[in-house]
Amino acid sequence: MNSIIFTAGARILVALVFVFSLFMLLRGHHLPGGGFIGGLLGAVAFIIYSLASGPEETRRALRVSPEVIAILGLGIALLAGLVSFFMGDPFFTGQWYWVGGDSYETAAFSINSVLVFDIGVYLVVLGGILSLTFAFEEET
Amino acid sequence: MNWVLVMPIAVPFATAVIVYLARNYPAGRWISLAGSVLSLIASAALMVAVLREGVVAAQMSNWDAPFGITLVSDYLSAVMVVITAITGLATAIYALGEVPEETERLGFYALFQVLIAGVTGAFLTGDLFNLYVWFEVMLIASFSLLVIGGGKERLDAGIKYVALNLVSTLVFLSGIGLLYGVTGTLNMADLRGAVAASDNQGLITVIAMMFMVGFGVKAAMFPLFFWLPASYHTPYFAISAVFAGLLTKVGVYALMRMFTLVFVGDVGFTHEILIWASLLTMFTGVIGAAAQMDFRKILSFHIISQIGYMTLGLALYTPLALMGGVFYLVHHIIVKANLFFVAGLAKQYAGSTDLNRLGGLYKSAPLLAALFIIPAFSLAGFPPLSGFWAKYLIVKAAIELDMWFVTFVSLLVGLLTIYSMTKIWGYAFWKPHPEGYDPTPDRAPARVTATMITPIAGLAAMTIIIGFFPEPFVQFAQTAAMQLLEPTDYVTTVLGVQP
Repeated sequence: MNSIIFTAGARILVALVFVFSLFMLLRGHHLPGGGFIGGLLGAVAFIIYSLASGPEETRRALRVSPEVIAILGLGIALLAGLVSFFMGDPFFTGQWYWVGGDSYETAAFSINSVLVFDIGVYLVVLGGILSLTFAFEEET
Repeated sequence: MNWVLVMPIAVPFATAVIVYLARNYPAGRWISLAGSVLSLIASAALMVAVLREGVVAAQMSNWDAPFGITLVSDYLSAVMVVITAITGLATAIYALGEVPEETERLGFYALFQVLIAGVTGAFLTGDLFNLYVWFEVMLIASFSLLVIGGGKERLDAGIKYVALNLVSTLVFLSGIGLLYGVTGTLNMADLRGAVAASDNQGLITVIAMMFMVGFGVKAAMFPLFFWLPASYHTPYFAISAVFAGLLTKVGVYALMRMFTLVFVGDVGFTHEILIWASLLTMFTGVIGAAAQMDFRKILSFHIISQIGYMTLGLALYTPLALMGGVFYLVHHIIVKANLFFVAGLAKQYAGSTDLNRLGGLYKSAPLLAALFIIPAFSLAGFPPLSGFWAKYLIVKAAIELDMWFVTFVSLLVGLLTIYSMTKIWGYAFWKPHPEGYDPTPDRAPARVTATMITPIAGLAAMTIIIGFFPEPFVQFAQTAAMQLLEPTDYVTTVLGVQP
């Protein structure tokens, strides 16, 4: 697309949407948000970028091919599920470590396996959607 | 904790991740093979646990049933998981010889492992919506595997395959939605009680029919089978073998599970329909095969006709018939995958799968001919091969019920199966090659031939073992059938299991 306005606007938009996607990822689990919606928003950011500058340039910006991102996400999600094995819980049981308290209401923040799983989902969705859109864009 | 239930699913997924990252290196294919071996070990561990305890269940994420996702395995699930792992291993070996390097780079082995994970998940899940998710996993992986390697024919086959399977999934999903609306639960064990207690039995029967249609398309039952012969003759032989062996059987398994565990309120109505659908499936399949002249198309139509026997086992709904159905399921996976493997090697030797352009294989490749005879005659039901016992159990069940027409059709279809198998034998093996040369194994490199013939010989050996020592297998199938007909153990294990 040869529009200077769009290309210039895309730079700001891409950064905003991408940061928002990370916000959605971190907000998830206890509040609306999470890996899936975050991954979709992240994909939207890169799709805007590829509409403005072309899929080749976007692939360069991503550095890693979207298929590899997706499969790495699958691996991370699987590892998040396997953590509970070492804690003696069933598969995919969330492991929580609260900092500054002992529950969602009192703690300042938490370190947990659920976020790791969500990051995995984020990467799967981001990589999956982008590999599809790149395939379409590069076809035509 | 029951991690034995998780491992058969987690191992293929982990293998898929590693194999995809290593897809550009020769090591990738060996990792895939190692992953398949590990899957087999994991499923064997599950089998041991099931043999010891009867039914094992585990609640994922520590959410109690019926709210969380339950993985559960009784005898039927366990044997299906084991046979999936065996077919997976055989295919992983076979693919070493058949699949070219460019296709490996596209992620062939990763997709294959995801497919195996999807099939295993469908056999192990105790939750209807989760079953739908596994169907989707299978559909995505199988569609990619169907078109991988490119070509107009493959794309054409892939589109038909995906379109019809999406329709089936949609019907299945609508059924799930309605069922949840009526009963408020999707845990299969919980559904048994909830469906029986529902005061809207008419609606339940309608939902049951939606499930029958949804699973019927997956299982390639009459009249919804036409996607199968339209697509199974195009992909790599390794892929069509694993499709032929496993994918339709997931549909049959789902039918067996739902129509023994949940939809048993109106057996006279639902299972009567199943009987007629099964008979028509058997008959149209075998007639369709008689009209074909392509190795793989004949085999594809035979899948349909054999599916009829399995669903007939379910439809007759007696202990003996169900036992025959379970036995048939296991026997058929081994035999059918093996026949597709043979077709692939025949193509390597003689250059085609068109029976008119094949020939002379008996003279030049006697070992392959011998290895074809075993699964082919087993498929047709010759004693003492495994297919004989499978057919014997089904036919005996029909006779015990005094269903003479059913008996007649079963025997007739068996006879017509022999016709197709002898046709392949006559055209591909006995008659001289039409182009005047002897198809020689030398046309393919020795390494390729060796990797491709190993799984064929292994599966043929299993057919013979089941045929000559059917006793433990029949007993196993009997216990599986009893568990299907009397699922109290299944229900209490799922609902009562403490996390």
